[in-house]
Amino acid sequence: MAVVEVRGITKHFGAVHAVNGLNLRSEEGEFLVLLGPSGCGKTTLLRMIAGLEEPTAGEVLIGGDVVNGLPPRVRKIAMVFQSYALYPHMTVFKNIAFPLKAEGLDPEERREKVEWAARLLDIERLLDRKPRNLSGGERQRVALARALVREPSVFLLDEPLSNLDAKLRAAARDDLLEFQRRVDITAIYVTHDQVEAMGMGDRIAVMNKGEIRQFGTPGEVYDDPADTFVATFIGSPPMNLLEHQDFLFGFRPEHFLPREIAPPEGGTPLTYHVSRIEFLGSERYLYGHVYGVSEKTKVIAMLPSTVTLPVAQEEDHEFVVVKGKMRFFDKETGLRTSPRPL
Amino acid sequence: MATEVITTRRRRYLLDNERVLGSVLMTPAVIYIVALVGFPFVLAIIYALSDVTTGSRGFNFVGFDNFVRILDDPVFLRSLRNTFVFAAISNILVVVLAKALAMILVADFKGKWVIRFFVLLPWTTPISLATIMWLWTLDSLFSPIDWVLRWLGLIESNSYFLGKPGLAMASVIIVHTWRIVPLAAVIMMAGLAAIPHEINDAAQVDGAGFWRKLFEITIPLMAPIIAVAVLFGVILTITDMSVVWVLTRGGPTNSTQVLATWSFLKGIEGGALSQGAAIALFLLPVLVGLTVVILRLARRVEVF
Repeated sequence: MAVVEVRGITKHFGAVHAVNGLNLRSEEGEFLVLLGPSGCGKTTLLRMIAGLEEPTAGEVLIGGDVVNGLPPRVRKIAMVFQSYALYPHMTVFKNIAFPLKAEGLDPEERREKVEWAARLLDIERLLDRKPRNLSGGERQRVALARALVREPSVFLLDEPLSNLDAKLRAAARDDLLEFQRRVDITAIYVTHDQVEAMGMGDRIAVMNKGEIRQFGTPGEVYDDPADTFVATFIGSPPMNLLEHQDFLFGFRPEHFLPREIAPPEGGTPLTYHVSRIEFLGSERYLYGHVYGVSEKTKVIAMLPSTVTLPVAQEEDHEFVVVKGKMRFFDKETGLRTSPRPL
Repeated sequence: MATEVITTRRRRYLLDNERVLGSVLMTPAVIYIVALVGFPFVLAIIYALSDVTTGSRGFNFVGFDNFVRILDDPVFLRSLRNTFVFAAISNILVVVLAKALAMILVADFKGKWVIRFFVLLPWTTPISLATIMWLWTLDSLFSPIDWVLRWLGLIESNSYFLGKPGLAMASVIIVHTWRIVPLAAVIMMAGLAAIPHEINDAAQVDGAGFWRKLFEITIPLMAPIIAVAVLFGVILTITDMSVVWVLTRGGPTNSTQVLATWSFLKGIEGGALSQGAAIALFLLPVLVGLTVVILRLARRVEVF
């Protein structure tokens, strides 16, 4: 277990500024998620922590020690890759034993440790197989076992679930989280999938263009986005953002409700024109626009299927933004501002 | 007018037929292979089983007499041994050097293109021209290598690279290696580039140093492609006569004689066409066997 910290870390690839003077500090045993669109620098940041990439400037600290310039093997980190990167010519046993062999452990110790890791991940029966004869989920477990076997102080995971199909992914997410809790090791997890980030992260660092836009718990980044990027990147469908005078205001689709079913404490009333209704099983998406403020902007409302709809397609209806759920942003910078009267 | 339209239409229809189109497109290649590979090959087999010479019009089948006769010849046995030594040593050198070269060539550094260009140069020059350059470089009187060694005080008199049996063989091997390495390096580069980046990263994170990564990850993953490079190398060595012929003509006293040059000497220079053909065909079963084994091996260790 160790705290991972980066200070003013920067990485330039020629003219491309992949990571720009970024600061971040994990807690011990925390599951920290780096979330952002592709090309935002999250993988580069992870690779710099791993020691696979040297930063152009700034420091990486693991367990309080500056590890700049040190090769990955002495950093006490383990990494799980997107493709799992299992060695295709080795059996599962040899794959897991490889880091131990590199460490110089004798065969007996290696065997014991491999068996311990395999037991922990419930893959003992796979030890003699080659990676190509494993399913996606089994490969992931082997990759985790190989990462775990050296008893690292930090786990680095680079989109390890993106190769699994959607059905497996939910189960794998649960498995992975349960595993991390059990071994109680600081984990840094890179993903572009906000559902994964929200579901797994103790805290999420939302990144864009080489910078951290917001660092907080899933609740914080969802309810109190620091800027319009975070507001629209997190949440599906994203936060509705409307322009008004010299500022922007936004609200989540689930906080935009017909007057009849809105909570009694009220909120901001808006007249909503519903142009289309999408039925998605457990919920419905309403697409339309509000009268009076930026009428060209599409506004989405999300209603659970358990409530009856008081409105049909191509109709106007009184809607309410639930009280306290309106967020305000500066029009120029996109940053959060204090509430403004509408 | 109307008939013309129908004719073009019919012709188009004919070429739309995959069997017709296929045959049409294949024909040039088939003619080429039959005329330049198949015909000489069959002719060589017929010659090897006959008593033809360049001097007479007589032609009798003599069965395996030629093979029995060449096996009695000490020069043939010497050539056979030289051929194996030549092929084995030069291909070991080729594999090691080409692997190292491939690793240098896939690395990112400034001036990579210039280096690549120079590395590939030996392969692009015609064999005989390149070998003539080496002939001059290794000349008994004017060799610049000798000159440098003398100047450094390492030798008293010239080395006569091509005049002493051991040195002559070493020279032939080195020149041939120099020639084959670029091809092998390019083949291996392809194999090296096919190893996923994440595998290399994983090995690094797992704590493997350069040599461990090389011997336990890179080389096993490249094994099929190395096998292909060796196959090309061995066949190009065993069937090539230009390097030996231009440098030493098999001398001194047959110490660099290989099957290819011996076959040429016997069959063309000496006029014994039938024996020349027999010598040339002698290693065919070996080569065929080798090819089958290596290709099988390459398929078996296929890992991705």
